[in-house]
Amino acid sequence: MDEIYERLNGVFRDVFDDESITVNEDTTADDIEDWDSLNHITLIDAVESEFGVRFTMGEVSGMKNVGEMANIIKERM
Amino acid sequence: MANFYPFDSAEIMKKQRSLKRALLSDGSKRIEKKIAVLGGSTTNGIVDMLELFLLYYGIKAEFYQCEYAQYWQDAMFGAELREFQPDFVFIHTTSRNISAFPEMSMSKEEVDGLLKNQLEHFTVMWDKLREDLSCPVIQNNMEMPYWRLLGNKDCADFHGRVNFVTRLNGGFYDYAAAHSDFYIHDINYLSASLGLEKFSDPLYWNMYKYAVAVPFFPDFAFSLAKIFASLLGKNKKVLALDLDNTLWGGVVGDDGVENLALGQEVPLGQAYCEFQSYIKAQKQLGVLLTVCSKNDRENAIAGLEHPDGVLRPDDFTVIKANWDPKSLNIQQTAKELDLLPESIVFVDDNPAERAIVGDMGIETPPMDGIENYIKTLDKGGYFEVTNFSADDLRRVEMYKQNAERAAAQSSFKDYGEYLDFLEMKAVIEDFSPINLARVTQLTNKSNQFNLTTKRYSPAEMEKVYKSENYIRLCGRLTDKYGDNGIVSVVIGEKQGDVLDIQLWLMSCRVLKREMEFAMLDVLVQKAREQGITKLVGHYYPTPKNSMVKDLYMDFGFTKTEEDGEGNTRWELSIDPYENRTSHIEIN
Repeated sequence: MDEIYERLNGVFRDVFDDESITVNEDTTADDIEDWDSLNHITLIDAVESEFGVRFTMGEVSGMKNVGEMANIIKERM
Repeated sequence: MANFYPFDSAEIMKKQRSLKRALLSDGSKRIEKKIAVLGGSTTNGIVDMLELFLLYYGIKAEFYQCEYAQYWQDAMFGAELREFQPDFVFIHTTSRNISAFPEMSMSKEEVDGLLKNQLEHFTVMWDKLREDLSCPVIQNNMEMPYWRLLGNKDCADFHGRVNFVTRLNGGFYDYAAAHSDFYIHDINYLSASLGLEKFSDPLYWNMYKYAVAVPFFPDFAFSLAKIFASLLGKNKKVLALDLDNTLWGGVVGDDGVENLALGQEVPLGQAYCEFQSYIKAQKQLGVLLTVCSKNDRENAIAGLEHPDGVLRPDDFTVIKANWDPKSLNIQQTAKELDLLPESIVFVDDNPAERAIVGDMGIETPPMDGIENYIKTLDKGGYFEVTNFSADDLRRVEMYKQNAERAAAQSSFKDYGEYLDFLEMKAVIEDFSPINLARVTQLTNKSNQFNLTTKRYSPAEMEKVYKSENYIRLCGRLTDKYGDNGIVSVVIGEKQGDVLDIQLWLMSCRVLKREMEFAMLDVLVQKAREQGITKLVGHYYPTPKNSMVKDLYMDFGFTKTEEDGEGNTRWELSIDPYENRTSHIEIN
């Protein structure tokens, strides 16, 4: 799981162009200034590319925080 | 930043922010343009990506986007769009925007009526945009529908959606053929090339109202950016080709001509033949072919004379086959052709050579595996065609004639004698419907001999052409070796008894031929006929036009202003004026 978070950190830092970002299971869009609906789409795409997974519509709609995202990734890998 | 293509789409999607930041801070000067994007689906992410790709092409865009899916209303009535005064309009519609498809119960006549309605929805909008905005319109065609009610029959039966979309696209192309300044962005081909199923993945539509799948935004933006780049004169002009393992398999100096892989007998030879055919076809677009090979010249020529080869030695404008560094040969090739090195695409199978030449800021597409050569060059889009003129067809021939002139030059005792020997004749006249396309094309791609580097869209040029307020000249130069075509354009705006010269450019292939003086003589004559007493000229420096920094001084103008950036203003009183041309017969 630690490895997933480490890779997620890399993706978040690239997408938001901010090297200071560190995410944990409780991180939500409220915690990152530029995480708006437009960047959310880029983020989902970048996470999918990083882990070689595809989220279903239901999963994308239902994700409440980074922890839920990481759990889905873990199930798929 | 050479070699954007081929790129890693996922990497670009992820790092788009830092890539944009790096491009914006690289210190390069960019053309600034205003682009209105009118979407039938979400456009934000696509516009972000388009911005990035345009930056790469040297274009800094300011964008206007309509409210979600309001493309038609905005095009027809939007006040904000009109205030924005775009240089380009891009209409991002897809087959998601087809409001009605045929029903099985419909007759042929009913379907034809439906098609007419769908097409008119667009043509009315295009007409309105052209009338109100006078700027180029770029329009997506329709990608194939995501599902087919009739299966295979869907393409052939008039009830089928595939059939309907195909016919609608045909209507788009008819409009494009009949109207200048209207360009199709071929998403039908793009989606086929990328895979329609993934391209139209409904998840992105249902989640975000994106009609194009998000992972394909870089491919989409690249495809679209090529049209802008071409319209703004960013196309390449030359393919500089290596020989061994690039145009044939094997090394001609070691293996001998008879042992090269080239010809229909073996698979490898076939592949090289196909590639040679592809390269030869580029000549039809006016792309210049040159050789840049480490070889003894006689071996190079022997290889090019291979009986099963498609390319012949005389297909090449310049042949550099020697043992000098390729970077040097590329520089000399550019010099001999009077072109900038960056207008060359370097084609070589050897990554080490590519790295050295690439360091000069030249595109060096990765030629890895003969089976990929055509794809790599073709998708790179270095020679994207937007407007095609008769002069393009003749360009290769003209550069050849230039080489013959250069050979003749060395046998004269002075330069004037050489110019007389050329028996030059110039036709310098106002623009006409016949030459307007060429004038516009030349205007938008001339960089070096260009005093103001002012660009005109075809619609803007049309306005200048129809206005009484301008004196316009375009000059054609012929000589004993052939017709150079239209090589110089001047536009001056009449301001009382002053003529303000807003555009003065000339093709570099007629440098040092006295043609600029011929243009000046005729300009002065026309100006005096219209009561002008003074000419005002401007020079605006760019990284490419330093050769004409002193042109107005050479013309006898007096400098009246200069600002901190080197922009200068010049004046010439034309009463009296003595003609300057002595080696060209002007008609």
